[in-house]
Amino acid sequence: MTIAKLALRNFLGAGMKAWLRVVVLSLAFVVIIGLQGLYVGMGEQMSQAMISAELGGGQYWHPKYDPQDPLELADAHGPIPAGLTSLIENGRATPILIVQGYIYSAGTFRSILLKGIDPNQHVLSLPTGVLADSPGSGPALIGTRMAREAGLKAGDVATVRWRDAVGTFDAEEIRIARVMNTSVQTVDSGQVWLPLDRLQRMARMNGEASLVVLANGTSGGAVTGWTFKDLDFLLADVRAMVRTKMAGGAIVYTILLFLGMITILDTQVLSIFYRKKEIGTLMALGLTRGSVIRMFTLEGAFNAVLAAVIGAIYGIPLLGLLASSGIPVPPVTEQVGFSVGDRIYPAYSAALVLGTTALVGVTTTVVSFLPTRKIARLQPTEALRGRLG
Amino acid sequence: MASMNGPASPLIRTRDLVKVYSLGGSRLVALNKVNLTFHRSEFAGLVGPSGSGKTTLLNILGSLDRPTEGSAEVLGERIEDLSHKKAAELRSRHIGFIFQTHNLLPVYTVYENVEFPLLVLGAPAGERHKAVMAALEWVGLADLARSRPAQLSGGQSQRVAIARAIVKRPELVLADEPTANLDGENSRNVLDTMTALSRDLQTTFIFATHDEKVIRYLRRKIVLNDGVVIEDKVLQTVPANQPRAVPVI
Repeated sequence: MTIAKLALRNFLGAGMKAWLRVVVLSLAFVVIIGLQGLYVGMGEQMSQAMISAELGGGQYWHPKYDPQDPLELADAHGPIPAGLTSLIENGRATPILIVQGYIYSAGTFRSILLKGIDPNQHVLSLPTGVLADSPGSGPALIGTRMAREAGLKAGDVATVRWRDAVGTFDAEEIRIARVMNTSVQTVDSGQVWLPLDRLQRMARMNGEASLVVLANGTSGGAVTGWTFKDLDFLLADVRAMVRTKMAGGAIVYTILLFLGMITILDTQVLSIFYRKKEIGTLMALGLTRGSVIRMFTLEGAFNAVLAAVIGAIYGIPLLGLLASSGIPVPPVTEQVGFSVGDRIYPAYSAALVLGTTALVGVTTTVVSFLPTRKIARLQPTEALRGRLG
Repeated sequence: MASMNGPASPLIRTRDLVKVYSLGGSRLVALNKVNLTFHRSEFAGLVGPSGSGKTTLLNILGSLDRPTEGSAEVLGERIEDLSHKKAAELRSRHIGFIFQTHNLLPVYTVYENVEFPLLVLGAPAGERHKAVMAALEWVGLADLARSRPAQLSGGQSQRVAIARAIVKRPELVLADEPTANLDGENSRNVLDTMTALSRDLQTTFIFATHDEKVIRYLRRKIVLNDGVVIEDKVLQTVPANQPRAVPVI
């Protein structure tokens, strides 16, 4: 306790230089927590959006369905398993049929996926009700990206072409009932949503689906021939992407932390060099070498303690504001592989804050301790004469 | 320890004390067969030219260094046998140091500098405050308790160093050239202070000096030359100019 008190006195006695180090280190604290919170928030937001609009509580896949394999898509359909019928009837699951096709609009043909979904489903947060409510024939639902790609808007009519189950090409007109705004690219780009029974009829796949989506929180049993994909599997790509982004962010804060540590290391080395007479005096006054080492190490460690306090003073309001109001995301992010909406809302967990505090605290203490090992070899008489042994 | 702590037993005894420094390939004999005894409340000085071994002897008596050969027994502890920890304990409990350049801790106030030895000893806060204020009053600097060393004159700084050395009431105070950086008036003030302390508290003072002003105050003068004691005699001293009663701490 006495050593800590002495170390604190020395630390505070160093004046502006000490506070400058503390401010630099507090920046490291806030940036680490801020960046990590940003990525965690982004990951959570993406996951929640995907769960809500696409994944539900997991999916049963037809044995040949593989979103990564377009060549198999033509055969990736089959009768909806009897084991899932009751869940579908109770609104706890919804089947989706996927058929490869083309859309003719704005003078060009584009390859698309025609997706059939029950207009009355409530499993996914897609505005599929418009597929039932829209007056006229051939209602279709598309997202803003698809609308942009194909030059379509609500009310427009376009022609879609597909090959049915027996290999015959056919074409029909669709009318855009609504352009939905969704942050989930995988239910939007290159996709046209149609009523399920209509697509089943168009593709001659009556009573068939490519996958069945469970409502969030619903569990289904084993279904013969169809494979259940849980959220861990379905979100693996998103989580891997967030991990990659966090690793990228780690480079930034590692550099910042490194700069902070260099400052502290430099201060400690210079401190021991310039304060050797003081070290000798402390030994003459009865401090052991171990006590002097502890005192110098603690002096360094106080940088982290006070940086945490200072960081909390301006970091909590700042990061709290960002967490509540979100950070605007430029549209260009869609082109680099992810989209989470207009704003990202950072998420800071206790584990993140405590982990960062522990990381900075331990690193600072180790960096503060390393130069003090010189004191262990120091003769008091040499130190009193201002020399290092 | 008890063997040398009785009323009649000496505070310090050295026997054939030798200190040799290795400098590259050569050997420098700093102390050569030094045999000395000091008793309670002595006011003694080690006198001699630079390099005669004065500081080396003070360092060994203060357990800051170890002899190469022979023995130095201080307050019943054999310096050559002490571990670093035991030596630090001996210094913290029983020995006060006064250095040529006062060596005050720059970031501490006057009060905190004087308080430091008591903090090391783990004295309770109330007791510390009482002892520090009494020591500062005794050296006449109580009104500068909140000042920093940089705000003090050389004489004031050295008086703070004296207060720091005596605040824990040590049996032994070792002073290395305490007046070397002081003018005549400040030297007299400092020496008067230490003389009164020795008289009132029965503290043993041992100086290393070649300052004539200090030598005039000594009650015992030990002359060293090339690490050998060439003279050891009791002196007639000038009385302290401003004797003060030591306040109760």
